[in-house]
Amino acid sequence: MSRRDFNIAAMPGFATIAIAAFVLLYMPIVTMVIYSFNASDSVALWGGFSLRWYAIAWENDFVKEATVRSLVLAASAAVIASALATLAALGTTRRKRFKGQTFIYVMINQPLMVPEIVTAVALLIFFAAIKKATGYTGLGYLILAHSAFCVPFAYLPIRARLEGMDLTLERAAADLYATPFQTFRRITLPLMAPGIAAGAMLSFVISLDDVIITEFVKSAGQDTLPTYMLGQLRRAVTPEVNAISTALLVLTVLMLTAFFLLTRKRG
Amino acid sequence: MTDQAAVEARNAARHYGSGQSVVKALDDVSLTIRKGEFFTLLGPSGCGKTTLLRLIAGFETPTSGQILLSGQDITDIPPNKRKVNTVFQSYALFPHLSVAANIAFGLEMLGRPKAETAARVEEMLALVRLDQMADRKPAMLSGGQQQRVALARALAPGPEVLLLDEPLSALDLKLRKEMQLELKRLQTETGITFVFVTHDQEEALTMSDRIGVMRAGKLQQVGGPREIYNGPVNRFVADFIGETNFLTGTLEAGRVRLPSGEMLDVPEATGQGEVTLAIRPEQIRIDPEGALEARLTQTVYFGTDTHCHLQLKDGTEIVARLQSPPSGDVGLSIGETLRLSPVPGSVQVLEGD
Ligand SMILES: Nc1ncnc2c1ncn2[C@@H]1O[C@H](COP(=O)(O)OP(=O)(O)O)[C@@H](O)[C@H]1O
Ligand SMILES: [Mg+2]
Repeated sequence: MSRRDFNIAAMPGFATIAIAAFVLLYMPIVTMVIYSFNASDSVALWGGFSLRWYAIAWENDFVKEATVRSLVLAASAAVIASALATLAALGTTRRKRFKGQTFIYVMINQPLMVPEIVTAVALLIFFAAIKKATGYTGLGYLILAHSAFCVPFAYLPIRARLEGMDLTLERAAADLYATPFQTFRRITLPLMAPGIAAGAMLSFVISLDDVIITEFVKSAGQDTLPTYMLGQLRRAVTPEVNAISTALLVLTVLMLTAFFLLTRKRG
Repeated sequence: MTDQAAVEARNAARHYGSGQSVVKALDDVSLTIRKGEFFTLLGPSGCGKTTLLRLIAGFETPTSGQILLSGQDITDIPPNKRKVNTVFQSYALFPHLSVAANIAFGLEMLGRPKAETAARVEEMLALVRLDQMADRKPAMLSGGQQQRVALARALAPGPEVLLLDEPLSALDLKLRKEMQLELKRLQTETGITFVFVTHDQEEALTMSDRIGVMRAGKLQQVGGPREIYNGPVNRFVADFIGETNFLTGTLEAGRVRLPSGEMLDVPEATGQGEVTLAIRPEQIRIDPEGALEARLTQTVYFGTDTHCHLQLKDGTEIVARLQSPPSGDVGLSIGETLRLSPVPGSVQVLEGD
């Protein structure tokens, strides 16, 4: 018998489908990036290479303001979400398995399961009541909302990191006269740090990209970059949107590269 | 070695779960380990060896009973305040710290001066012959080297008692033999009390001053290697330590009547009634005058000796271990009928199961 192993890559049509899929994935993005360097006013007609639209976006006060707001929001959400996720991960993994563990995982991952639009509506109604009662209309609502839906994204890499760490390490530290705090400070924290950093970066990227919840929760004049762009697209479309998108893309790719380097299995 | 107690367990018990499904991992164990001795806890997997070590280290609190260290009750003292260090089965080296930093960890936590710590780390590195490896991370070391680091790390603070949980089980045979000698050397050189856990009876016999044999959470027998091997208190101990032949019969006035009607002299036995006899394979001789008749069913050559599988008249299968002659052939043929006798004084009369 000379049966060969089943190899899907050898099936007829595989290469064609693979190429088509990659074209579909990358062509729109490549086109967008190329047209961000377009000298003309059109997003469809090429008028030569120029950094004109980057300059225009850079000079645009609305863009500047939205960028700063997006970054502040993403950074705040990343810090808060990864701090909460760190506590959650420590609580759920640094111990023997317990009853209801799976249930708690599901509870923590709630934002991944409830449709975003539902959360958005719920937050809109909830925050509207608070706004009415307190009169506060600041960035706090957005920070809270973003922190909340970032928690599961921060939790996943931190938990994965902790699960890869033998509980015996903490026992060994205690055995070598370390107090519980010293054990945490000298052993647990340094070992889980790459997980926390990865969780924070993932949260940052997720927050930076959010449209639906932001659109519902933001008060007047609280546009983030994505909601500003959405607003622009409803009016005249210029390559300025391409330029902003490209800048956002570069930032995201950098963050995700760092994320993968941090979560990569070490030899 | 002195007669002072290093570690004492008084009616120590550790139960897991409750009600119907309670697991008595440790079931009322009382034990005294002397200062400076190499004490081995021996028993099959799941018999509670690790649980007892954890009680001594302080990672678990006993369900009932007490643990004493140098006469002091430490039952409620957390692990970081006990002058006991552990070599873990998985080594549990801190992966983000260098070999030297791993070894220094305990001393740092004790707040020892930097210079003293550095000198002690040097000393420990030399003791376990890892001088060249001080700056490496644990992941860059072989299994045997990691084992030595774990040892050095646990010895560095100068504990009163060193606990070792099956430290050699992950090593291959050759390395294991090497480390057995090394451990014995370290114990003699440092004079620290070692509590060593293993399920390997040969390891226990060769390394220990005394052995505690455990079974299902209970201590079966405590004694020196010879005492345990030659005077097992029950069938379990006799069976677990080395190979043993078991015969049953009726004791009557210093002789045992076997089911076949044959009589074996057991002068040291007292009392009467149903008994189990244990005879080591190497204590059986071929003897034309012997009390037992047996048929040879198989011979297996093991180099220095040859194992003869024999069937007694009542059907009981036994093994006799004969020294191989220079020719290598014991000169017996399968199916042959022989007479056997145990070496005088080698028959053990066992109580219970
Ligand atoms: N944390 C625990 N929870 C429940 N049962 C346990 C726990 N630790 C040990 N046991 C049980 O206690 C018994 C003794 O375990 P252990 O002391 O690890 O045995 P050994 O080290 O001799 O192999 C085993 O039956 C084991 O399943
Ligand atoms: Mg064990």
